[in-house]
Amino acid sequence: MEMTLAEKILARTSGKSFVKAGDIVFCKPDVTMIHDLLGPVIFADDFRELGGKIKYPERVVVIADHSAPPATVDQANVVKKTRDWAWENNVGEFYQFKGACHQLLVDGGHITPGNLVVGTDSHTCTAGALGSFGTGIGSTEMLGVLLTGEIWLRVPESILVNWVGKLPLGVMAKDAALETIGKVGHGGATYMAVEFGGSLISNLPLDERLVFANMAVEMGAKTGIIKPDKKVRDYLDSIGKNAGEYFISDDNATYREVLEFDATKLTPRLAAPHEVDNVFPVTDYERQVLDQCYIGSCTGGRLTDFASAAKILKGRKVSKKVRCLVVPASEKVWREASKLGYLDILAEAGCVISAPACGACGGFTNGVLGDGERCISSSNRNFIGRMGSKKAEVFLASPMTVAASAIAGMITDPRKFL
Amino acid sequence: MKTISGKALKYGDNINTDIISPGAYLQLSIEKQAEHAMEGFDEDFITKVKFLDIMVVGENFGSGSSRETAPLVLKANNVKAIVAKSFARIFYRNAINIGLPVVELDTSFIDEGDELVVDVLTGKVENLTKVKEYQGVGIPSHVLKIIEDGGLKAYLKNIAKQ
Repeated sequence: MEMTLAEKILARTSGKSFVKAGDIVFCKPDVTMIHDLLGPVIFADDFRELGGKIKYPERVVVIADHSAPPATVDQANVVKKTRDWAWENNVGEFYQFKGACHQLLVDGGHITPGNLVVGTDSHTCTAGALGSFGTGIGSTEMLGVLLTGEIWLRVPESILVNWVGKLPLGVMAKDAALETIGKVGHGGATYMAVEFGGSLISNLPLDERLVFANMAVEMGAKTGIIKPDKKVRDYLDSIGKNAGEYFISDDNATYREVLEFDATKLTPRLAAPHEVDNVFPVTDYERQVLDQCYIGSCTGGRLTDFASAAKILKGRKVSKKVRCLVVPASEKVWREASKLGYLDILAEAGCVISAPACGACGGFTNGVLGDGERCISSSNRNFIGRMGSKKAEVFLASPMTVAASAIAGMITDPRKFL
Repeated sequence: MKTISGKALKYGDNINTDIISPGAYLQLSIEKQAEHAMEGFDEDFITKVKFLDIMVVGENFGSGSSRETAPLVLKANNVKAIVAKSFARIFYRNAINIGLPVVELDTSFIDEGDELVVDVLTGKVENLTKVKEYQGVGIPSHVLKIIEDGGLKAYLKNIAKQ
């Protein structure tokens, strides 16, 4: 019986030899991620009342990243409560101020292929870039997972998105991810798994693949997933964490839909306010004046992002009319980007580099937008009020487009600087 | 579980969690956060919802973040049930887990202010104003017990007692 990659993972974690789309299964997650914003601060009292015993504590990773480093006393108290809870309950790992949760799961070797990963964050689907099934859940649902070690899931239908060809100069994985979302739509993959394949995906470095999996939720998907291959194996070998099961979809597995995209024809894309599927060529919005440019987050704050932004900003200056904020997705990304000289180039150009965390993306810490301000960001959401004021505008684009726009002080096609 | 009666408060597609429950207020109590629900989209929401207490919405309701505060602030604002063409999946689960009833239905034929009677279990919605009945999708049978117990916490407490 043929299964997709997503089905194989849900079959394994529910103890079955076969599952199909539509089945309701009770699965045991391999990794349980909790962050400060939606974690113990919400469920700690109920957790205690319900016996206060985690079924599989070694599978639990707790991360303070949204309120990190805290900007207010309230945020500091949230972090403190998160930390106290994590230490009291002997969870597998606790990180504070080391980076954004999804990147830390990858950096720390917490995710291996074939895992089921649940987390209190909608972008938990990022794990799919390593051939895992990652999905976001709410805080009360997490309480249930902690106590019982189980979660019910409806086995999703899969959509196969094939990207073939090479990206032209000045075009990044982010542009392809936005193009996909623009075509599929904001809710076009609701309840489904989106599997990304094709020659573009297999040729991309792992950190660029993470962008596709990360943004799958912006189409409503339950998970975004990519066949694990040698690149995943090599990465896990390099950090001494190789394990897991390298499932791939069977040749005759059932897909609800197969979509084909040609990377060779792609040009830089952006998502205009206030929807992620509001996707246009960057050139349609050129010369829109900006207040802030943001390169960071679990979507656009990785090594390839900084290498690409540095290529644009090298020897150039950020316009005095804007501020360009840079937030590495993790401490490890920071160290690598620093070692390779990218952070120096960005700093020379006038970018402001802040602590690895979620940063301005969710509107919680450094870089919140004021009334009437306009920002271009390499992050994942441009909803009303997302990055601060409900009267602000957010455009989403690739780190290269953000860097080019920072130089000009207005939305700019990065190919002008290459 | 009894049926839910109320009046329709109508919105369109893609109402996301940052609109329903803005990030800027996430560190406040649910009661305080509830005062800001939907404010970036409809400043009169918290007034209207006092009288129009069944939200009738379009596609992909509750897309975006996994924040459970989204259904919580709606519940705190007197929303008795949500009828949507479709829900974003995390919102749908969260609503069930916190005990806010949800029904999937083509809502095109319902107007704001229509008096409705919603049967959460069967997914049947009666429109008293238009004298019509619609068949939607109610709560899936495997999570019925969670709704009957009043949410996942109560459900887990009941299991713990057994």
